[in-house]
Amino acid sequence: MISSLNNISSRSKGDFLLSWSVRLLALMAGGLLLLVVSFLIHESWPALRDIGLARFFHDPDWSPIDESYRLTAMIWGTLLATAGAILLSAPLGILSAIFCHFYAPPLLSRGYRRMVELLAGIPSVVFGFWGLVVLVPIIGRWHPPGTSLLAGILILTLMIIPTIMLVAHASIAHVPIAYIHSASALGFSRGSLIWHVVIPTTKVGLFTGILLGLARALGETMAVLMVCGNVVQTPSHLFDPIRTLTANIALEMSYALADHRAALFVSGLLLMGLVVLIVSLAEGLRHRNFHVPAK
Amino acid sequence: MAVSLLATIGVIALCTICSLDASLAQAEGHKLVITGSSTMAPLVAEIGKRFETGHPGVRIDVQTGGSSRGIADVINGVADIGMASRALKSQEQHLHGSVIAQDGITIILHRSNPIRELTDDQIRAIYTGGVTHWNQVGGPDAPITVVNKAEGRSTLELFLDYFQVSNRDIHPHVVIGDNEQGIKTVAGNPHAIGYVSIGTAQYDATHGIPIRLLPLQHIPATIETVREGTFPLSRPLTLVTKSPPAGLIKTFIDFARSSQVNDLILKQYFLPLQG
Repeated sequence: MISSLNNISSRSKGDFLLSWSVRLLALMAGGLLLLVVSFLIHESWPALRDIGLARFFHDPDWSPIDESYRLTAMIWGTLLATAGAILLSAPLGILSAIFCHFYAPPLLSRGYRRMVELLAGIPSVVFGFWGLVVLVPIIGRWHPPGTSLLAGILILTLMIIPTIMLVAHASIAHVPIAYIHSASALGFSRGSLIWHVVIPTTKVGLFTGILLGLARALGETMAVLMVCGNVVQTPSHLFDPIRTLTANIALEMSYALADHRAALFVSGLLLMGLVVLIVSLAEGLRHRNFHVPAK
Repeated sequence: MAVSLLATIGVIALCTICSLDASLAQAEGHKLVITGSSTMAPLVAEIGKRFETGHPGVRIDVQTGGSSRGIADVINGVADIGMASRALKSQEQHLHGSVIAQDGITIILHRSNPIRELTDDQIRAIYTGGVTHWNQVGGPDAPITVVNKAEGRSTLELFLDYFQVSNRDIHPHVVIGDNEQGIKTVAGNPHAIGYVSIGTAQYDATHGIPIRLLPLQHIPATIETVREGTFPLSRPLTLVTKSPPAGLIKTFIDFARSSQVNDLILKQYFLPLQG
């Protein structure tokens, strides 16, 4: 990092103003996150104090009217839907980025990328609506009722493919051209060029794309609310309906009072914790396993 | 430097808060805060807009949060008027309720389902898991998809109350939020059963959505039977106040009960007091 603080040659008033306003803005951006977290803690405090964290895992079920607040089924719902979506969308997104770069003719590649960019811009409620009126009835004909973990996974997959594909595309475009030339000069086939040169050098970028997709899938609310069935239960197979933590908040928040409301904030806090846990786990993995290529 | 900057921000913030306070105080007496049932909020907001045009200087502030919040806010004095999409409970009799319209709940099936009527006991058995296939109640050989409402909704409360079941005994396959989501779910699943507001259901059924409204106790689920008060599963939309309405509050409630807002009530698929 370059610090201009001690640069005596430019002690102008403009520089001074800029440096302070930039600092203030940076402080605000960081402060916002702290504000959100402290708000979550503040709102969920009544539940943590009166109900206690343990009961969120040991109560018989989720039934706020009867003061029973078990969250585990919804945690599983969130985790399974997200994991399923990542398992499907990561290979699809990365492979389609590779296809665009190394196999598709330029015209097709450009058109395809524009389409994926459009896909990324579709609002989630539209995905949810499409899922509800098209995808769910199709699954329902096969295995009723149709609203299920599978429907959630498929919708989430569609939603995060663009993220993963576009980030992968951008990082493949940044592979130093010298690497590719050298590999070609050494007589690498296209397949082994991709497998032995491109993928190892872009590992970090591909991984970042997957992380972004993961975060979007974890936080997605409207689409999963519409297709997952929202029954509070730990699914035993793909066709069981599930309720995610986010859907639970969206379904019940506007009607919740007192402890019920605080319990919903606890599930929000839990979701936040889940995101932090996954991101820091992934960061740890990245630092341990991945060699960052020198620029 | 940082200190003076912070101080400046602090002063600005303080000034903003003070001026906000002042403007709030100014508007007092000419502002009505109304909170409660999300079923009623869109309707009351429309009524409020029309009221404002007839009474310049008055502001009607409508917020949702469910019938229970409306009642709680009125008791706590946070709101001037509460909206409850149900009759007042026995422990709420110290409050004052004024009915402004009626709403009914209907059981809906997919239109391709040959079943034309179910008894209350059959519906109860379907929702509590005693009946799991349509052929047990005279329908096709297919598993029943039970569509239930999410907790806290007054539609769910009314349904549970009428059929005398606890939400814990219901084992749904799909839990929905609003009426439209319920109708879309049933319309997309030939073997589903659900319950939604009659106004919305009747509108959708007459506009090409493949659902059927089932009669209850042989009384057809229509806007007319709800208005006559003969349909068993119906509810009054009530404006609640802490003390007998007076002043601006009374003017507003009288306005909401008058025929001047009938068109607004019908537009939301509810039923006005007068035909």
